[in-house]
Amino acid sequence: MRARRTSGIVHRSGPGAWLLRGLLFTILGLFCLYYLFPLFVMLATSVKSLAEIREGSFLAFPRDISFEAWAKAWGAACVGVRCDGLQPYFMNSVMMAVPAVLLSTTLGALNGYALTKWRFPGADIIFALMLFGAFIPFQVVLLPMARTLGELGLAGTVPGLILVHTVYGLAFTTLFFRNFFIGVPDGIVQAAKVDGAGFFGIFFRIVLPMSLPAIVVTVIWQFTQIWNDFLFGVAFTVGDSNPVTVALNNVVNTSTGVKEYNVDMAAAIIAGLPTLLVYVVAGAYFVRGLSAGAVKG
Amino acid sequence: MAGTGFLTTLSRGFERRLPLIVVSPLFALSLFFVYGFIAWTVWISFTKSGVMPVYDLSGLAQYERLWTTPRWYVALKNLFIFSSLFIGISMALGIVLAILLDQRIRVEGVIRTIYLYPMALSFIVTGTAWKWILNPGLGIEKLVRDWGFPDFTFDWLVNPDYAIYTIVIAGVWQSSGYAMALFLAGLRSVDDEVLKAAAIDGAGAWRTYTRIVLPSMRPVFLSVVIILAHLAIKSFDLVVALTGGGPGYATDMPATFMYAFAFQRSELGMAAASAVMMLATICAIIVPYLYSELRGARR
Repeated sequence: MRARRTSGIVHRSGPGAWLLRGLLFTILGLFCLYYLFPLFVMLATSVKSLAEIREGSFLAFPRDISFEAWAKAWGAACVGVRCDGLQPYFMNSVMMAVPAVLLSTTLGALNGYALTKWRFPGADIIFALMLFGAFIPFQVVLLPMARTLGELGLAGTVPGLILVHTVYGLAFTTLFFRNFFIGVPDGIVQAAKVDGAGFFGIFFRIVLPMSLPAIVVTVIWQFTQIWNDFLFGVAFTVGDSNPVTVALNNVVNTSTGVKEYNVDMAAAIIAGLPTLLVYVVAGAYFVRGLSAGAVKG
Repeated sequence: MAGTGFLTTLSRGFERRLPLIVVSPLFALSLFFVYGFIAWTVWISFTKSGVMPVYDLSGLAQYERLWTTPRWYVALKNLFIFSSLFIGISMALGIVLAILLDQRIRVEGVIRTIYLYPMALSFIVTGTAWKWILNPGLGIEKLVRDWGFPDFTFDWLVNPDYAIYTIVIAGVWQSSGYAMALFLAGLRSVDDEVLKAAAIDGAGAWRTYTRIVLPSMRPVFLSVVIILAHLAIKSFDLVVALTGGGPGYATDMPATFMYAFAFQRSELGMAAASAVMMLATICAIIVPYLYSELRGARR
């Protein structure tokens, strides 16, 4: 038998309890609708024709489903003056997010491991100082970062964005792995040290294989953060090197010609699809990331 | 033989210092890109820098300019309106939904997923959707008018006095599920024995929650306030996607103000001064919190 939790308004039987239970589900259901309706509106609008959008209500189900707007958003919509759709920018985001996630996660794992399992004088202070970097408003580093990227010859490039996301993701990935490694018993590492295993030997053969959950949480979190970033993308890239979030904003705000709302909505879904898929597939890990590294915005 | 002995000692010494050798470059990166950059921005905020940075100090001139700029006051007022409503409503929704979800519901996982999915999306994506829903000509206003209320007006998105509230609407929608998840985790950590004792004492649901459960969750409330305040102060994408700071600069916030002065108007000194003000605000909230968290963790 499952352990009964005593918390809860409804734990008696009888008609009153049934009524309360019904009310509870009604409220929860209504809130499901509240959270889902913007997604529904996006999806429905993206498959409607412009005529149908103008005539009908934005909440109505589409009469004729057409994926023309999707095709246009992906391959032909105008971002500024260039009309190749979101596709090249989507690829930019992939080229940016994948290396930045791998780099920041790897370095964070090493850092967290060194700071918890090989404690040296000052480790706590170093951690505290690095942790602060996860909470600063990035406005305070925008100007010097723009200049530094210029000096490095990385201004307006995807590698520049990889550097930015790696550097500012590091504080966060370190926090994740440190919190995870603190729960790993020191005895395991001590025993391996006695057996003559070294820093990297212990890391790769013992610590890393057991930190799969931490790796998954960190990768998912970093991917979501980096893919969804807008501030760095808009500040440090121009035109061709824009990530998809910036390109989406440009599509939506392009004022030339007829406003194609269905294309806007299709573009928004395309830009949101990767993180949405990650969330649906690995939602539990995402939730863990949200609460573990709660303070990153 | 002596040579190998020396090498062994050397490699042992290297091995012993490896953790430090791994951490040092990463720490150096953080020193440069976080603390160095902050120092640079603070320095620039004390200069007359315009399009190009100059390094001659000129006192508090930029701060005086900042605090006499009407647009900065608009940004601060908006931040105040936005963050108090955003934090208040998100928390109220979050705690209510968390309590309702904590009633041993079989489909809890599905419902939680639905409540929380907006957090996985970029504000630019959801902002696009909300811009469409709030669009007077095509969204809610048109819907209600078509229902037979031709005088119904809901033009907040383009009304300078009300546009900031549309940002609240979209922000709450996006983040209240997150508050719910944090509260739910807090509710789950309340000791079951305490709840059983309350039930045996015959305390009703209302009394159990208001007298026992919620007071014991005080640290969770504090965390949620800080997390949401942090989100609010940094909000940039949502404003850009929904209103672009407009109409005019009616929905400007410190983050968009800083961006406009740095990258559109090229007034580096003012931009730096506003960024420093943002940093100071965040520090006032985060540093005491982090300090107590880290101390708490060590104990």
